[in-house]
Amino acid sequence: MPGDDYLVRFVNIQKSYDGETLVVKNLNLNVAKSEFLTILGPSGSGKTTCLMMLAGFEPATHGEIYLKDQPINRVPPHRRGIGMVFQNYALFPHLTVAENLAFPLDVRGMSKVEKARRVKRALDMVQLGGFGDRRPAQLSGGQQQRVAVARSLIFDPDLVLMDEPLGALDKNLREQMQYKIKSIHENLGVTVVYVTHDQSIALTLSDRIAVFDDGVIQQCAAPDVVYERPENAFVANFIGENNQLTGTVVEDNGDTVKVAVGNGNIVEAKKVKVEGVGSPSTLSLRPERVVVNPEPGSLPNVFPAKTEELIYLGDHIRTRFSICGNVDFIVKIPNSAFHAAISEGDEVNIGWKAEDCRALDVWPCPTPHS
Amino acid sequence: MPTSPAKPGGPLLTADGTPLKTSLERSLKLSKLRALGLIFPPLLFLLILFVIPIGSLLTRSIDDSLSNKVLPKTLAAFERWDKTSEPDESMFEAVYLDMKAADKLDLSKLGTRMNYEKSGWRSLIKITTRGLKRIDGPPYKPAMLHLNKRWGDIEFWQSLGAMKDPVTLGYYLKAVDLKYDGNKDIMKVNKHNRIYRMLWWRTFLVSMIVTIGCLILAYPVAHLLATLPLRLSNLLMICVLMPFWTSLLVRIVSWMVMLQQNGVVNDSLVSLGVLDDGNRLPMMYNFTGTVIVMTQILLPFMILPIYSVMKTIPPSYMKAAQNLGATPARAFIRVYMPQTIPGIGAGCLLVFIVAIGYYITPELVGGKDGRLIGNLIAHHMQNSLNWGLASAMGTILLVAILTLYWVYDKLVGVDNMKMG
Ligand SMILES: Nc1ncnc2c1ncn2[C@@H]1O[C@H](COP(=O)(O)OP(=O)(O)OP(=O)(O)O)[C@@H](O)[C@H]1O
Ligand SMILES: [Mg+2]
Repeated sequence: MPGDDYLVRFVNIQKSYDGETLVVKNLNLNVAKSEFLTILGPSGSGKTTCLMMLAGFEPATHGEIYLKDQPINRVPPHRRGIGMVFQNYALFPHLTVAENLAFPLDVRGMSKVEKARRVKRALDMVQLGGFGDRRPAQLSGGQQQRVAVARSLIFDPDLVLMDEPLGALDKNLREQMQYKIKSIHENLGVTVVYVTHDQSIALTLSDRIAVFDDGVIQQCAAPDVVYERPENAFVANFIGENNQLTGTVVEDNGDTVKVAVGNGNIVEAKKVKVEGVGSPSTLSLRPERVVVNPEPGSLPNVFPAKTEELIYLGDHIRTRFSICGNVDFIVKIPNSAFHAAISEGDEVNIGWKAEDCRALDVWPCPTPHS
Repeated sequence: MPTSPAKPGGPLLTADGTPLKTSLERSLKLSKLRALGLIFPPLLFLLILFVIPIGSLLTRSIDDSLSNKVLPKTLAAFERWDKTSEPDESMFEAVYLDMKAADKLDLSKLGTRMNYEKSGWRSLIKITTRGLKRIDGPPYKPAMLHLNKRWGDIEFWQSLGAMKDPVTLGYYLKAVDLKYDGNKDIMKVNKHNRIYRMLWWRTFLVSMIVTIGCLILAYPVAHLLATLPLRLSNLLMICVLMPFWTSLLVRIVSWMVMLQQNGVVNDSLVSLGVLDDGNRLPMMYNFTGTVIVMTQILLPFMILPIYSVMKTIPPSYMKAAQNLGATPARAFIRVYMPQTIPGIGAGCLLVFIVAIGYYITPELVGGKDGRLIGNLIAHHMQNSLNWGLASAMGTILLVAILTLYWVYDKLVGVDNMKMG
């Protein structure tokens, strides 16, 4: 589909390092101009591999990658013009911060004046105005990270790749930096492909999230869609907190299904990814969508539950119930004036809507790593 | 602050009232003592086997007390003498009395020592010692002249001037082809006796060439070692270390087999038609042979430090440089090479220092024009027994090495050095 507004297209990409196992299996992914796309997946799922193929450091075993509709499989890395922030920043230790920033401008033969102007602008952009003469080793982790971001942007690439750039930072700094990256992205309008295994970063930053596992994109959609409407059990599990009930489909009503779960209870759920009557299914339910002691008759799914544990978290109380054979059923009860006062060992009723409960496939898949 | 007894501005006190400083010192003292205890054995080792020998080396290189000990009266008479007129009876008497009183062994050592200043002294002293008992009283001058007429040669008497002080720089002067004349003025030695300056220069040149040669050969090998997959790099490492596990002599002999006139290299060149049978290259027992063999032997000393530095450079730097638009060659020169400088520095320093004092290889393959200063030192230690000169040359070598180290520290910084 040339002519579309896609900057990057992965077409049927496969990658194997050893000729025996596929690290990336048939990847098809389009990245739109000015989009912030996050590749999210567990460790070892092949995220870095995808990025390395895009940057040109690893050849694709099969398939073609297009950058601005040009196939780039045979273009060497230094002519791709893609910016990249490495996981360990890869700031050159023998050069000062300013020299690091000037490096991509040097190799492009830019004039001294222009170089100085751009370096200054880049340093100001990441609020490191006075740090140009320092060596990278004399900067804190967060400052190094900002320099790395500035360096990847200084030669005005259309596309910037970031491989887990916040991984080494502590939690506070990570949050700060993630807003910084977001605002830079919004100001510059640059396309970003961001790799992480941290779902909170992915949810905050992204226009779209590609959930990656086992060499396959499990779901690729906007953050709210991925969170609210996961398409399979892996995505439901990987993103956000999630209660799972496993059972067998007993009735298929087209839009909804009825699933028999533990203790002989029948749950009505939205049909998302199940085969039909008789097939196994995982029901996925967000903890914040569960109501404790609902009005009788107001919800289709109401079941008795036993309170196992209460954890006080200030704004809400994290409560663990055993229900329908699941002893790990988490409910977040808001600490509001109206919250149900319950204590450990109490028998209560909890309920939820049919559309909040998604009937998905069974995960881990029967043949997970073949 | 209810528990702090310190007034603002006053000294801080600990809970029991002692000043904080005192208790800090006390607590640190204990750990210092323990540290001292731990380093004591190696310190002792260093002291006995390193500091003391080097101290004695230094003293020996300037020590000239033997003549003062054996010939006190003679040297006193020498002082009174006008250095130009014919020596009078009093001087001969002084020599007679000194030699009569002296120990036999000391006299023979003295003869050797005096011979450095003017050749002929040794036999003169020997003859006189033997004839001493035939002299039975004054006047001594005719009797001694009768023993050997060289006693009438004024040059022998004048050469005593170089020996009258208990310390001397004579050995150092000799090590750079200079000497004292009778008035203790410094002058050059005869043209045909000059060898040391040429040897110093040659030693420096060989060390330089060997260092550069090692660097050129070692750099790619180290890079390969650092980047190959583990299994292959281990194999390569074994190849690099193999020379360490082989006897030096075996290696040198195999080089002889390779490089001599009828050796493997010459034979193959001749059979390939590159060389005429009559024009076989002289590669053994000369300068070339010394350089080739030393380069091979010292190569691991260059490879290992460079390798250890390269090993620590993550591949992401090269990737980042290329990602930023540098060609692989440019990325290598601008980003990779500067980071290996500490290893290059350490390797060059190591190889140069070892090369500058090398003597076994030049001894065996150097022939006449491949001998280095180390060979001369060994010669003076073992054959001519001129320990003073050997010590002086050793000291010069030591100072040269320390200077080099200092220069290196200024240029690269010793803290940056990675030895392996
Ligand atoms: N150079 C390589 N040679 C062989 N196998 C590799 C290589 N790089 C990665 N792999 C394998 O490919 C798989 C995916 O690796 P990749 O680095 O892409 O994971 P990732 O998703 O980035 O993980 P992480 O979140 O831990 O960084 C892993 O199983 C890894 O062992
Ligand atoms: Mg990774």
